[in-house]
Amino acid sequence: MTAAARTLERLGEPATVLAVNNVEVVYNHTVQVLRGLSLQVAEGSVVALLGSNGAGKTTTLKAISGLLALENGAITAGDVQFDGASVRGRAPHALVRGGLFHVMEGRRIFEDLTVEENLVAATYAGGAGRDFDLVYEYFPRLAERRRALAGYLSGGEQQMLAIGRALVAAPRIILLDEPSLGLSPMLTEEIFTIIARINAERGTSMLLVEQNAAMAFAVSSYAYIMETGRIVIDGPVERLMRDQDVREFYLGMGEEGAARSYRDVKHYKRRKRWLS
Amino acid sequence: MDWLFFFEISLAGLGTGGLYALTGLAFVLIYKATRVINLAIGELLMLGAYLFFGFAAGLALPHWMAILLTLLLAAVVGGGVERLFIRPMLGESPISVFMLTIGLGSILIGVVELIWGPNPQRLPEFLPTTPLFLGEAYLSSKIAAAFAAAAVMVVAFVLVFRFWRGGVALRATASDQAAAYSMGINVPQVFSLAWVVACVIAAAAGMLVGAIGGIAPTMGVFGLSVLVVVIVGGLDSVFGALVAGLLIGLLEALAGAYLGGEYKLLATFSLLVVVLMLRPYGLFGTHEIERL
Ligand SMILES: Nc1ncnc2c1ncn2[C@@H]1O[C@H](COP(=O)(O)OP(=O)(O)OP(=O)(O)O)[C@@H](O)[C@H]1O
Ligand SMILES: [Mg+2]
Repeated sequence: MTAAARTLERLGEPATVLAVNNVEVVYNHTVQVLRGLSLQVAEGSVVALLGSNGAGKTTTLKAISGLLALENGAITAGDVQFDGASVRGRAPHALVRGGLFHVMEGRRIFEDLTVEENLVAATYAGGAGRDFDLVYEYFPRLAERRRALAGYLSGGEQQMLAIGRALVAAPRIILLDEPSLGLSPMLTEEIFTIIARINAERGTSMLLVEQNAAMAFAVSSYAYIMETGRIVIDGPVERLMRDQDVREFYLGMGEEGAARSYRDVKHYKRRKRWLS
Repeated sequence: MDWLFFFEISLAGLGTGGLYALTGLAFVLIYKATRVINLAIGELLMLGAYLFFGFAAGLALPHWMAILLTLLLAAVVGGGVERLFIRPMLGESPISVFMLTIGLGSILIGVVELIWGPNPQRLPEFLPTTPLFLGEAYLSSKIAAAFAAAAVMVVAFVLVFRFWRGGVALRATASDQAAAYSMGINVPQVFSLAWVVACVIAAAAGMLVGAIGGIAPTMGVFGLSVLVVVIVGGLDSVFGALVAGLLIGLLEALAGAYLGGEYKLLATFSLLVVVLMLRPYGLFGTHEIERL
C-alpha cells in the first residue's frame, strides 16, 4: 500500500485500490474498443461492471491486468493505476505477483492438469504457498476431486476451481469476468454466495463483470454500466436499483419488487425461485 | 525361426529406440511449451556430440569434465537460441518459425564444419566396450550403456515434469498461455527453460549416438527418425515420444535385419502413414478433453 493510501485509510476513507482513468484501447492498431473509460474500486469493496455483449467489459479487465498485450491490443490513452502505481509497461505475471488477479472469461482452467495442479500453478502468484485447505473449505467439492483432471469437472466445478486459484493467489483485488457464464441459476447463486463470502471474510476487493445484472447487484456496492467502450451510468447499487432505466434495460423489469430478493444472497441464503 | 537372432536384433533396436525416445522428449518439450516445431533438433544433437569431441579429444579433458562442459554449453546454446532467434518471432506465423529452425540447423552444420571439418570422426571411448550377454543373447555393451543412460534421463525428466512446480508451470503454459500468465507464471521464462532443458537433453543424446556410431556433421539426419517418432507418438505427448521411440527403434532394426537395410525407412514411413490415417494427432497427441 502506498503512503498516500495509508493516509487516506487513517482518515477513515477507504483507499482506491484500482483506478481506471480515461482509458482508450485499440486492437491491432486499428479497432478502437474503449473510448475514454473511467472507473474506481475502493479497497475492500465489490464493484460491478455491466453492459451488453461486445460493450468492452472483457477488454477493460484485460487492459487492467495487462493481458491485452497478448492479443495485440494496447492502451493508447489514459492510465490504469493499481495500488497507486501505473500498470502500463508492466508484464501480466508481474502484476499478478503484485496482487492483481484476473479470473478470465470462460474460466480457462488447465484441462489436462489435475485440480490440485491447477492450484499449484496459482502459487506462482506469490500467495500463501501450497496450503490449499482454504480453497477446499470454500469449495468442498473440489477437495473430493483434487486428483481428477480438471477437464473432466462440470462447468460449475470448473468455475469453483477458477475462483479457487484466485484464493490461492490471495490477491488484493480479483477481476472476475462473468462467473455465471453457462451455469444453472442454482450454481450461479452458489458461486455468488461464495464471492460475497470471500469479500466479506477476506476483505478482497473485486471488480465483477456480469451479464446477470440482478445477481451482480446482489453482491456489489457500486456499479458501472458501459456501452460501446464508455461508461454510461454509474452509482451506488441502491440508487441504480431504483433507477427506472436501469430496471427496465438491465434488470428486465418494470414494476417494483422483483430485484430486491437477490439482496438475500448476501446473507448466504439459498432461494428457490429464480427471476431474469 | 532363429529366436536368439530375433532377440538380439530386438535388443539392439530397443537400444536405438531409447535414444529416439530421449531425443523425441527434447522435441516434444519445445513443442509443448512454445508450439515451435524444432527441425534443428538433429543438428542440436550433432552439436552436442561435437562439443564433447572438442573437449575430450581436442582439449584432452577428462571424460567426466568434457561431459559436464558439453551439457553446460548446450544449456547456454539453448537459452541463447531461444532469446536471440525464437523470442523475437513470437506472434509470427508458425511457418516462419518452422523455417527459422531449418535455417538454424544449416547454420549449426556450417559452424561445425568450419571448426572440425566435414569428415566423420570417432568419439573417444567413454562407454564400456566389453561384450555383454543376456543369457545367450549378445548385446553391444555400448548400446546397453547408452540405453541405460537414456532411461535414467527419461525417468528423471518425467519425475521432474510431474512433481516439480516448474513442471506444472510448463504444462500450464502448454495448456493455455494467457491463463498461465494470469496465474503469475513468467511465460517467457518458461519458454527459455524449455529450450535450455531440450538442448541439454539433445546434447546428451548426441554424445550417446556419437559414442555408438561415430560423429559427422551429417549425423543430424538422426533428427529425421526422431521427427517420425514424435509425429507417430503425438507432437505434444511425452508418453507418446517414449512409446513411439522404442517402437520405431524396434521396427527399424527388425526391418533392417529381415528385409534389408533399404527397407528401414519404408517400414517407419509406412507406420507413420498408418498411424496418421487412424489417429491424425498421433498415438497419444492431444485431442481436446471431452467432458462426459
Ligand atoms: N483480440 C481482439 N482483436 C480485435 N477485436 C477484439 C478483440 N477482442 C475483442 N475485440 C472486440 O472488442 C469489442 C469488445 O469485446 P469484449 O470482449 O471486450 O466485450 P465484452 O463486453 O466482454 O462482451 P461479452 O459480454 O460478449 O463478453 C468487440 O467488438 C470485440 O469484437
Ligand atoms: Mg466478455
